[in-house]
Amino acid sequence: MHDFQYHKPSSVADAVAALGSGEDATLVAGGMTLIPTLKQRLAAPSDLVDLSGVADLVGVRDKGDHVEIGAMTTHAAVAASPDVPGCLAELAGNIGDAQVRNRGTIGGSVANNDPTACYPSACLALNATIVTNSREIAADDYFTGMFETALEEGEIITAIRFPKPEAGKYMKFENPASRYALVGVFVAKTGGQVRVAVTGAGQDGVFRATDIESALSSNFSPDAVDSSTIDVDGLNGDIHASAEYRQHLIGVMAKRAVAACA
Amino acid sequence: MSETGIGASVKRKEDKRFLTGQGNYLHDIERPNQSYAYILRSPMAHAKINGIDTAAAAAAPGVLAVFTGADTAELGGIPCGWGVNNKDGSPMAEPKHPMLAEGKVRHVGDQVAVVIAETYEQAKDAAELIDVDYEELPAVVDMVKAISGDGPLVHDEAADNLCYDWELGDEAEVNQAFDGAAHVVSIDVTNNRLVPNAMEPRAAIGEYDKATGEYTLYTTSQNPHVIRLLMGAFVLGLPEHKLRVVAPDVGGGFGSKIYHYAEEAIVTWAAPKVGRPIKWVAERTESFMSDAHGRDHITHADLALDAEGKFLGLKVYTKANMGAYLSTFSTCVPTYLHSTLLAGVYTTPKIYSEVKAIFTNTVPVDAYRGAGRPEATYLLERLVSKAAWELGIDQVEIRRKNFIPKDAFPYQTPVALQYDSGDYDATLDKALELADYAGFPARKAEAAQRGKLRGIGFSTYVEACGIAPSAVVGSLGARAGLFESANVRVHPTGSVSIFTGSHSHGQGHETTFAQLVSETLGIPLDNIDIVHGDTNKVAFGMGTYGSRSLAVGGEAIMKALGKVTDKAKKIAAHIMEASEADIEFKDGKFTVAGTDKEMAFGEIALAAYVPHNFPHDQLEPGLEEQAFYDPMNFTYPGGCHICEVEVDPDTGVVEVVGMTAVDDVGRVINPMIVEGQIHGGLAQGIGQALLEACVYDEDGQLVTGSYMDYCMPRADDLPDFKAATTETLCAHNSLGVKGCGEVGAIGSPPSVINAVLDALRDRGVSDIAMPATPQAVWKALKAAETPMAAE
Ligand SMILES: Cc1cc2nc3c(=O)[nH]c(=O)nc-3n(C[C@H](O)[C@H](O)[C@H](O)COP(=O)(O)OP(=O)(O)OC[C@H]3O[C@@H](n4cnc5c(N)ncnc54)[C@H](O)[C@@H]3O)c2cc1C
Repeated sequence: MHDFQYHKPSSVADAVAALGSGEDATLVAGGMTLIPTLKQRLAAPSDLVDLSGVADLVGVRDKGDHVEIGAMTTHAAVAASPDVPGCLAELAGNIGDAQVRNRGTIGGSVANNDPTACYPSACLALNATIVTNSREIAADDYFTGMFETALEEGEIITAIRFPKPEAGKYMKFENPASRYALVGVFVAKTGGQVRVAVTGAGQDGVFRATDIESALSSNFSPDAVDSSTIDVDGLNGDIHASAEYRQHLIGVMAKRAVAACA
Repeated sequence: MSETGIGASVKRKEDKRFLTGQGNYLHDIERPNQSYAYILRSPMAHAKINGIDTAAAAAAPGVLAVFTGADTAELGGIPCGWGVNNKDGSPMAEPKHPMLAEGKVRHVGDQVAVVIAETYEQAKDAAELIDVDYEELPAVVDMVKAISGDGPLVHDEAADNLCYDWELGDEAEVNQAFDGAAHVVSIDVTNNRLVPNAMEPRAAIGEYDKATGEYTLYTTSQNPHVIRLLMGAFVLGLPEHKLRVVAPDVGGGFGSKIYHYAEEAIVTWAAPKVGRPIKWVAERTESFMSDAHGRDHITHADLALDAEGKFLGLKVYTKANMGAYLSTFSTCVPTYLHSTLLAGVYTTPKIYSEVKAIFTNTVPVDAYRGAGRPEATYLLERLVSKAAWELGIDQVEIRRKNFIPKDAFPYQTPVALQYDSGDYDATLDKALELADYAGFPARKAEAAQRGKLRGIGFSTYVEACGIAPSAVVGSLGARAGLFESANVRVHPTGSVSIFTGSHSHGQGHETTFAQLVSETLGIPLDNIDIVHGDTNKVAFGMGTYGSRSLAVGGEAIMKALGKVTDKAKKIAAHIMEASEADIEFKDGKFTVAGTDKEMAFGEIALAAYVPHNFPHDQLEPGLEEQAFYDPMNFTYPGGCHICEVEVDPDTGVVEVVGMTAVDDVGRVINPMIVEGQIHGGLAQGIGQALLEACVYDEDGQLVTGSYMDYCMPRADDLPDFKAATTETLCAHNSLGVKGCGEVGAIGSPPSVINAVLDALRDRGVSDIAMPATPQAVWKALKAAETPMAAE
């Protein structure tokens, strides 16, 4: 890896300042995605701003109708938290392996918006709000493409707010090699509204399967999924799964998720 | 049976140091004043190098030297250890495999330049400053295209990218057997290319002692003496007495660390140039693109049967990918280790095999756990199961009907090998019982209620290992002998050091070999040390591969131990004033027959080194013996693997729900170690069948260049194995041992695929390629559905 300047601020304000100081400064959270990229010399930031010293960013807070999860909360902590809705805790508990779950953070995952990551589907399906140092962004407005988000330069995610659903389930079909989501479908019913988000499959990253949503809105049952369609255009194809196979898996995973919600 | 002798499940002596982090692996070795090498590798599969500008790199901080092919062109190429002739008797094409690319790169990962610096990071930083002027050329990855006549040429001197076009048997004669056949069953199979993925990446340290003129190479090798010979004699021109090769604790090899690699020659050659020891350690990404890959065959085969299902003849046409250059043993894998095994466990009287070895712009391919035998077993066992399904014969019956009967040994096959012993019905019977074959229909019905398709698959195999009788392999083109050496040094107080030419890199030799000594000399394991992996300590060695360590290396130890006990008897006779013929040696004690005189082994050892009254004209002092053992034949482990799978038809996911392996590996010295070897082999076999595939795109880029895309088997991909052994003794070695290192990987893949096909048969699926990934299974099911839907 190339040399960089290392900063370890203890507040969000200091982190923002540090980010602005370098010509090409980058945040590091758990480092599970960033550090391999540095080691492979695919990125060469001038400054690394480590968020692990910002205590305010860690923890799960129960706010009645929603939970607020600090950006620096690890996957393991989310999985173990009694305050987190079960479907979300279960998702966190199946990310990567124990080492990854003990270092990787929800903020890092959502900021990175890997098209095969799990959390983005939870944010969309649960209609989460991404809270940053300067504003609040609705999930629907936040994920803007593969590895692309609405975050501005120098903006830091501080927390994510998830409304508590009546029912919800994430079904992940793992890429056999990486065990990221080859196709992941998050089905949630919150305040009577059904939202279905698909990760791993879209050329532009996570998306809402609106046709399945409307089928399920009138009939929340696995069979209803059969009557909906997923457009194969816009789906990703690679050596592990063609677009057609992903299209098929979205249906299967959606049905299984609905069945598990019942 | 003693608690530490033959047949005891002694816990592995070496595990204490491995499990507590005390192993001495290559990267643990730090030489005084050591520098570091970084190898710049080609990002392109095929390109001309019009020039390399290293000036900026050479001037970068910490850099000691930068070398390119221009500096090493005078040296020899990396040699191939086995010559194979074409059908017409002409020799194979054998283009130079340069240490550093000379004018052209031929695969992604081909080494282009080396930067040597004070630190590894400095070497790597400087390598970014090297400007290579590449002129990209069209690449060829596909074997069929490579030999089509209009593909790009990997080497100008290999017309049509053909390394050789070889055959075994008489095609016309085999065709006659087909003429009278009631049935002919044909199959096309691909044996998928695999990346070996040893846990420890390859690494090397080169060092030169100005005072003595001695070079030392520390390397992650399965056979340090072979590396000394190949690198010393063929590449660098260094004599053996000035070249020491050390292979310390090595973290897995699976074949990939047999071969002599360019990096070993580079660090050894460059060490005197920079006047410092030089360490190179592969990064995992480099391992993917520079360790010799395995398998990669495409085969068409035809089997002729009579009306009752007896095999009459077999024809096998194989294309074998050599990659861009010939690795050390690459050429013998598809020929002498593959075609000679095509009789399998069957009495097929007439067999013909043709092998075309082909150059492509990919990483060189060489032996990988099983080497040639998995490819033969896979095509044969797929073909036998296919024949059973097509003819409506039971899977088990068709096999039994064609087995070589147990009273037919020694059995001469039509493909050169003579099997010495085996009882294929016995392994099959035991496997059927362990796998509860009788209960399969009930399990299938129960699975169907859960929406799962359940299938059972068989593989009854034999393999040829204990590599190898020098006379035989010499007549077949091997440029080396395949004996083994051992030295037994009895120390004055009775402890023993064994110097073996075998090399342990996970096999547990320090335990198994010590058990041989404990059994023979009647001394405790703690008094025995197994020394290996250093050409300055061990007289000579051909190393460890081809499941040869016990059957060849162990036999060499037994032979040397025999010489030691003979000598010890002479000493005992002298001291106890008896005739040598009256000395008996048992349980560590020398006794004089018919008397109560006895001496312990330790007393004799001491006497050997305190020879105060030895008759020096008849008895030499000391107790140390050397032996070389050259086997008379290969050994032939065999067995039956039965796999049971459940397929989820909605997703295509295959779950291995049962894996039974009954193997006849001859006499078992340590049952726990044998079981461990078989478990590891099964994991690799299941990995090949369901998970692992090395994929190149059309331009020769390695698509599966990391674990994000290359799928290794993990514990939760595997069921609890049922592993057992049956025993027929090897007829031509003293221990009766056959070898167990590769059987798991050789026998299991066809059992897995046959199980998948058995599960999918009802849905009209008749073929699936390895690896049978969820996507592949889903596609096969979908393709089988479509025509029916049209009806
Ligand atoms: C072996 C392995 C398996 C994995 N499997 C899965 C899986 O199955 N499913 C899955 O979803 N993920 C998986 N991951 C990814 C894992 O969840 C990572 O932890 C996650 O993607 C990144 O989180 P991090 O905290 O490590 O972020 P880092 O790597 O530190 O940072 C990632 C990026 O986010 C930015 N960033 C970090 N925090 C913030 C913030 N608060 N505000 C703004 N930007 C920020 C960084 O600048 C960087 O660009 C896996 C990773 C590995 C190594």
